[in-house]
Amino acid sequence: MPETEIDISARKRLAWRVAEVGKIIDETPRVKSLVLDVPGWPGHRPGQHVDVRLTAEDGYQAQRSYSVASAPESTHVILTIERIEGGEVSSYLASDVQAGDKFELRGPIGGYFVWTVAIGGPLFLVAGGSGIAPLMAMLRHRAAAQSTIPALLLYSSRTFEDIIYREELDRLAARSDGFKVVHTLTRRQPSGWTGGARRIDHSMLANLGLSANARPRIFICGPTSLVESAAQYLSDLGHERNLIKTERFGPTGG
Amino acid sequence: MTQPPISRGFRGRRPDDGRTGRVPPGQHVTRDFPVLSAGPTPETDLENWSFSLYDGDRAVAEWSWADFAGLPQTSLKVDIHCVTSWSKLDTHWQGVTIDTLIDAAGLSEPPTSFTMIHSDGDYRTNIPVEDLIDGKAMVATRYEGDPLAPEHGGPARLLVPHLYFWKSAKWARRLQFIPNDEPGFWEELGYHMYGDPWREQRYAGD
Repeated sequence: MPETEIDISARKRLAWRVAEVGKIIDETPRVKSLVLDVPGWPGHRPGQHVDVRLTAEDGYQAQRSYSVASAPESTHVILTIERIEGGEVSSYLASDVQAGDKFELRGPIGGYFVWTVAIGGPLFLVAGGSGIAPLMAMLRHRAAAQSTIPALLLYSSRTFEDIIYREELDRLAARSDGFKVVHTLTRRQPSGWTGGARRIDHSMLANLGLSANARPRIFICGPTSLVESAAQYLSDLGHERNLIKTERFGPTGG
Repeated sequence: MTQPPISRGFRGRRPDDGRTGRVPPGQHVTRDFPVLSAGPTPETDLENWSFSLYDGDRAVAEWSWADFAGLPQTSLKVDIHCVTSWSKLDTHWQGVTIDTLIDAAGLSEPPTSFTMIHSDGDYRTNIPVEDLIDGKAMVATRYEGDPLAPEHGGPARLLVPHLYFWKSAKWARRLQFIPNDEPGFWEELGYHMYGDPWREQRYAGD
């Protein structure tokens, strides 16, 4: 009997669990990370997501999917939420939630957009805005596992102030363990900025020095336009299409 | 579980009257058409495009792009529901129903009870035959009057609007009749084998 058949028949319903908000981290003016305590959390792999469900006083419910930003090695589940204008769930999670609040969550979900050190590298990550969240889970996992697998992150943000996890990314790069981060700022750059100053394009990807011959595992996450174009450019540069995995954060994540 | 915790101060954005009965549990209405796919958008030129029906490993029929365009076309106005919780109402599609394809292939009836839909980019998804026939599904080539855009599955995608939208496989190329239900791509990764939005069958076990 094929393995998948056994797996599927054995699957139990993913239970809704109650998450309690511990610390709330202001990442940028529009983005917060919620550090959650989730009793019974079965663990996750970097890149997987959860469904969050909010319940109003009259019983009305709304749910959305969010990537897990924490490493599997962390004792907490961290979600990083960007406040989207008019976003029914995100505006609540990124503005109104306080430490001690509780809501429901179930997961982990998804097994394709996933990387662990056991999968190997090199690892090549391309992020736009809050699309960094599942990629951060991979980088945090890589660091927690003391891995020296070469890893490169190309991260596009609007402005310097919009860079999520900026200091943590600097610290990770300072470990000199094979991880490098390249930022590009699309709207405004501070004086003396040495990173990229435009949207991710073909030449920016070509000049990163990561050859298709090295067969990097590629993960791209961000708004659709960035994901579509970056995946296409990387394919044009000779990267095998089945090594390019994509996830999209659109406005309807709200 | 017992009572879910109340999110203090959460009111949410309720659907307007009239939509209530059209939006499955746990879904919210969007006006956008989000793009969700697991990898790069395949490039398929129409010269090399074909759509085929298989009975197991045996090819039963194959249509080139020109042949396909010559088959009787059907238009549908439907609501679509993505497992990531968005729903989009009143979308307009044009294409060839599965009934028409079965007819055109010269089959008097579907040879088996289950199917696997195969797409460019190594994607596949499983659907029972009864969910594809009697006008319930089509291979769509036009959306809102225009040729279907590549990021939305063009040149042709399956459209099975009464199931979660991952079943409406983008870049569809082959419909294979199979004797037993088998999991496709997302179904192997923990998503529901059937995917009825009204029963909220998102993940295995739901």
